[in-house]
Amino acid sequence: MTAGSTVELVKLRKAYGTTVAVDGIDLRIAAGSYCCLLGPSGCGKTSTLRMIAGHEDITDGDLLIGDSVVNDDPPAKRGTAMMFQSYALFPHLDCTDNVAFSLKMKGVAKDERRRRAQAMLELVDMGKYAARLPAQLSGGQQQRVALARALITQPGVLLLDEPLSALDPFLRVRMREELKRLHRDIGITFIHVTHSQTEAMALADLAVVMNQGRIEQAGPPRELFNRPRTAFVARFIGGHNVIDGSVIGGNGDCAVRTDRILLGDAELPTEIQVEGTVRALEYHGASVHLSLDVAGADEFAVVLDEARYFDAPVAVGDRVRAGWSQRDIHPLAS
Amino acid sequence: MTLTAETPRPSATAAAGRARRVRLLPLVAPYLQAAPLTVALLLFLLVPILTIVAVSFWDYDSVRLYPDFVLTNYVELLTSPVTWKTYLNTLKFAALTWAITLGIGFTVAYFLAFHVRSTTWQMVLFLVCTIPFWTSNIIRMISWIPFLGRNGLLNSGLISAGIIDQPLEFLLFSDFAVVLAFVHLYALFMVVPIFNSMMRIDRALVEAARDGGASAAQIITNVILPLSKPGIAIGSIFVVTLVMGDFITVRLMSGGQSASIGLMIANEISLLQYPAAAANAVVLLAVVLIMVVAMLRVVDIRKEL
Repeated sequence: MTAGSTVELVKLRKAYGTTVAVDGIDLRIAAGSYCCLLGPSGCGKTSTLRMIAGHEDITDGDLLIGDSVVNDDPPAKRGTAMMFQSYALFPHLDCTDNVAFSLKMKGVAKDERRRRAQAMLELVDMGKYAARLPAQLSGGQQQRVALARALITQPGVLLLDEPLSALDPFLRVRMREELKRLHRDIGITFIHVTHSQTEAMALADLAVVMNQGRIEQAGPPRELFNRPRTAFVARFIGGHNVIDGSVIGGNGDCAVRTDRILLGDAELPTEIQVEGTVRALEYHGASVHLSLDVAGADEFAVVLDEARYFDAPVAVGDRVRAGWSQRDIHPLAS
Repeated sequence: MTLTAETPRPSATAAAGRARRVRLLPLVAPYLQAAPLTVALLLFLLVPILTIVAVSFWDYDSVRLYPDFVLTNYVELLTSPVTWKTYLNTLKFAALTWAITLGIGFTVAYFLAFHVRSTTWQMVLFLVCTIPFWTSNIIRMISWIPFLGRNGLLNSGLISAGIIDQPLEFLLFSDFAVVLAFVHLYALFMVVPIFNSMMRIDRALVEAARDGGASAAQIITNVILPLSKPGIAIGSIFVVTLVMGDFITVRLMSGGQSASIGLMIANEISLLQYPAAAANAVVLLAVVLIMVVAMLRVVDIRKEL
């Protein structure tokens, strides 16, 4: 298939009247990579995707796909294809005609376009449902058809708007694997909008955390998790406690991974120790999650290995000491 | 157990009877609830239609009606060339009005649904469309006369502008005037259901079509038009049935020079030829019903109701 295209955003800005949705962001997405735009609702990730797709006018800044500025090109000229959150399959057309839609618009002869649509449906394992209407398909099947419809245009960039949010948890994990497999097989650039950090971690080569129209941090998931730049990223990615540094003799906020914390009722063999009360306790199978009330942190969680917790169990309301070593402290930018 | 069931004591029978009476109410309640509408429909729809059907088989002369069962009314109606010409004329009005109102209705609904962004403006413009309905049909028709007449506003305006030297005769008391009045009266019946259909179209579908490279015209023909079909069908049923049954618009706007089935029936009634009028009405009802069924065959409107 076609190779992927690079996508580059230069001071990209989107304003609706006086509300700024995307506030001058810069981002370079390498050709053939899997990029996840991640953030809470209203952070500007969907507006960004829609500007890349050409379904939203760009207020200011430039958008480059490949080597050319495509600010004013219609979607079909950009070499992008979008998969919509609601899938947006045409309810009056069967799967074949849905997939063949863009070919029909281009004036490809009927036999030829039906043949190519069938081949594309086979690629997403929907070959035997070719004659069904969208209303006769389950959510997961509709998604495969939507994927086939987007891919038949042979785009350089595939844009996915919360593709997994409408699926039940089991199907979500399976489709996640399939998206990854598809990405590996066809090698084009994927840009995937999601509010789930699990999804971004599982899929992305480049995860971009957005907040209030700005990019908080962009990088490989492992870098985001191990070196969150700001308190927002640390909280959003999860697995971190954000602590006021003055409590532990530093300055500024810092982050500590919840699974690096030891718990005990006496002195711990770590450089840093705090005291707290156990507020809540959850058994998760492989691990036990505790919430502590600790001075200097709004939320303080500890994740303990199951075996280690049951060596010295604590109960809700107990006073405990939590400790971690100096090298696990990660300073955060304000 | 079986023994007591077969020979119940007197007190038990009474209790069972009471229980049965109590259980009867839930059984008849649905019928009671449906009764008022059933009675109203029977009295005001079914009985009049059956009366018309019955009268259509009666005999008559110039002074009175004779209850009878004769087919002469139908034979005379269906063998008269006047009937066929009148039907053809009425169908011509229906077809022209349908085509024009469809064009206007689709355009207006499309503009309202897809180009007016704010809901407030959509409501305001929609209400503007209903302004003609604030006056009666007759007033709306009659108000065309001073505008279209030989010395009317349009003709005198065109003459003083030097575009024509003779007044245009076809403007009033012509088929043109009839169709114009029909379109004016019934365009909204097309706008409303099509607008309703269009408002249900997911906007993401339009974007998906654009994403697939469809031009604005291709989006209309490939996405919006097929998805508006139920609204088009409902509007078409309104317009066609209204035009097929009309007599006053044709009489007023054609100045008595054109005929329609409704007008024919009205004339027969004014001559006290009730059986002939009844036969004509039965045939018209059958024709209109066939047209409606045909339209419903083409388009499935169930999901719109």
